[in-house]
Amino acid sequence: MKPVAIIGAGPAGIRAAQTLVAHGVYPILLDEAARGGGQIYRQQPANFKRSPAKLYGFEAHKASALHQTFDALREQLDYRPDTLVWNAEAGLLDTLHEGRVARVEYASVIVATGATDRILPAPGWTLPGVYSLGAAQIALKFQGCAIGERVVFAGSGPLLYLVAYQYARAGAKVLAVLDSSPLSAQARALPGLLAQPATLAKGLYYRAWLTSHGIAVHQGASLSRIDGERRVQSLKWRNAKGEQALDCDAVAFAHGLRSETQLADLLGCEFSWSHLNRAWLPQRDPAGRSSVPGVYLAGDGAGIMGADAAEIAGERAALALLEDLGYLVDPQRCAQLEQSLERIGRFRQGLERAFVLPTDWAAHAADDLMICRCEEVSAGEIRQVVGEGHWEINRVKAHCRVGMGRCQGRMCGAAAAEIIASESGRPVGEIGRMRAQAPVKPLPFGLEIEP
Amino acid sequence: MALLTRLAEGDRPALDFTLDGKPAIGLLGDTLLTAVLTCSEHLRGSDFSAEPRAGFCLMGACQDCWVRLGDGRRVRACSTLLEAGQQVIREPGRQL
Ligand SMILES: Cc1cc2nc3c(=O)[nH]c(=O)nc-3n(C[C@H](O)[C@H](O)[C@H](O)COP(=O)(O)OP(=O)(O)OC[C@H]3O[C@@H](n4cnc5c(N)ncnc54)[C@H](O)[C@@H]3O)c2cc1C
Ligand code: FES
Repeated sequence: MKPVAIIGAGPAGIRAAQTLVAHGVYPILLDEAARGGGQIYRQQPANFKRSPAKLYGFEAHKASALHQTFDALREQLDYRPDTLVWNAEAGLLDTLHEGRVARVEYASVIVATGATDRILPAPGWTLPGVYSLGAAQIALKFQGCAIGERVVFAGSGPLLYLVAYQYARAGAKVLAVLDSSPLSAQARALPGLLAQPATLAKGLYYRAWLTSHGIAVHQGASLSRIDGERRVQSLKWRNAKGEQALDCDAVAFAHGLRSETQLADLLGCEFSWSHLNRAWLPQRDPAGRSSVPGVYLAGDGAGIMGADAAEIAGERAALALLEDLGYLVDPQRCAQLEQSLERIGRFRQGLERAFVLPTDWAAHAADDLMICRCEEVSAGEIRQVVGEGHWEINRVKAHCRVGMGRCQGRMCGAAAAEIIASESGRPVGEIGRMRAQAPVKPLPFGLEIEP
Repeated sequence: MALLTRLAEGDRPALDFTLDGKPAIGLLGDTLLTAVLTCSEHLRGSDFSAEPRAGFCLMGACQDCWVRLGDGRRVRACSTLLEAGQQVIREPGRQL
């Protein structure tokens, strides 16, 4: 019989694997990373020595629990690290491992591909020394490095305060945190956030820690531009009081996260517009079933809900898969998991209200702002195509190449959509969805094909 | 000048490599990105303006960190670990 495949060894994929194994299934687990854990519980290279407490802070026990679960599973599944899934279709996955391509046949698949930063660019964002918030965290967690000596953190979302805090704790000089969400938004969001008081408390703790250590935290503050000759030397930011300048040698910014949905798209899953995520997401029922039989979705790859939810959704999706294959599963456990997901969903609504996407971003973006860093397409070039009467995002892409470069719109897609929507006077949910294309990431030249 | 600053895990074995033909030193467990950017300021030139780039996402998403190795392979610097003796070549990019 063809095997069950899981794509992604983050919290969602690992819990899914554990659940399948517990029911006697021997799954294939494919992950592009070298070691299991996913984004939040990313493991440092094997010869690094920092303790879990140093690396994961409050989440150390969860990280250790997940890594231990994974280590215990190793003999009971076909784990393939360093393996990119670059194409997916009914019953087949195309993979790349150490320069060799191969095909994996599957009976059912759980897609648990996680998320990357959501980027709304500021002028100067391609200068060396400017990184996404996630990148800043990876430099520290995975490599023991800071992105510079005098770092400014900007944008919004839960990672903003968390990463600034982690940097300061690790001994980096954090010059300022520029939070684009106004304080009023955070006050309004409080009722939703109280659905998960512990997580709310952590967020408040990070910010309080920063201010009590003399680090400037500004609310309602946005990056106007980043300047420098061949690398970051200074930036300008503004708030209601006007524009201010700051000398720095590194900037990390992002506005929350975006789901990695390309494989779900290639698998033919139906998508719908999510107001909460301000993004097109593959549809999933409360158990994680997609619109395509045999294809299941779990974790942040199908909508941003955070690490705890990813673990729960991974288990729930695996149970759904087992149920559909005729296995006996515990209905009470299924109901419990769905209830937990619902509770976290309420918290998520609060978070999204607290860290609002700056809806006036597109209106403020100057024509010469580079939106696509792969092909260097500017806001003005996108606007020109819209001016010629195009507003459907794939059409606009065909005309000015935004989203067509090597990152396939991962970095520019959200920003391009905001510009098109604002310029064409349509809601951003009504300009269409940027289609994924195989290979979902560039393949090197001169590939060997496995027999 | 370096772009990245090491804050922890400094006591690892050193690995020699070359950067554009000149000798350089990284540490065991460094990615190519870390090894290059702890001793210099960029990884590649943009394909459209030749402006310097130094990666952006560190998670294999932006594709703005590709470098060439001595054996002709092109690899993503953020997700490739440094090996002793590697020849890392930065591509200058192009101006349109
Ligand atoms: C840099 C970063 C830091 C974060 N930090 C936090 C945090 O501190 N707290 C928090 O609550 N949330 C954090 N998040 C949010 C995070 O998305 C979730 O908390 C959690 O990691 C989601 O788990 P997951 O299993 O859904 O996905 P992930 O943990 O992202 O795991 C997905 C896995 O899928 C693999 N993958 C993706 N595409 C492919 C492919 N095509 N082929 C093969 N493998 C593939 C990836 O390599 C990855 O290992 C962070 C996100 C990012 C990007
Ligand atoms: S830095 Fe983005 S892919 Fe390497």
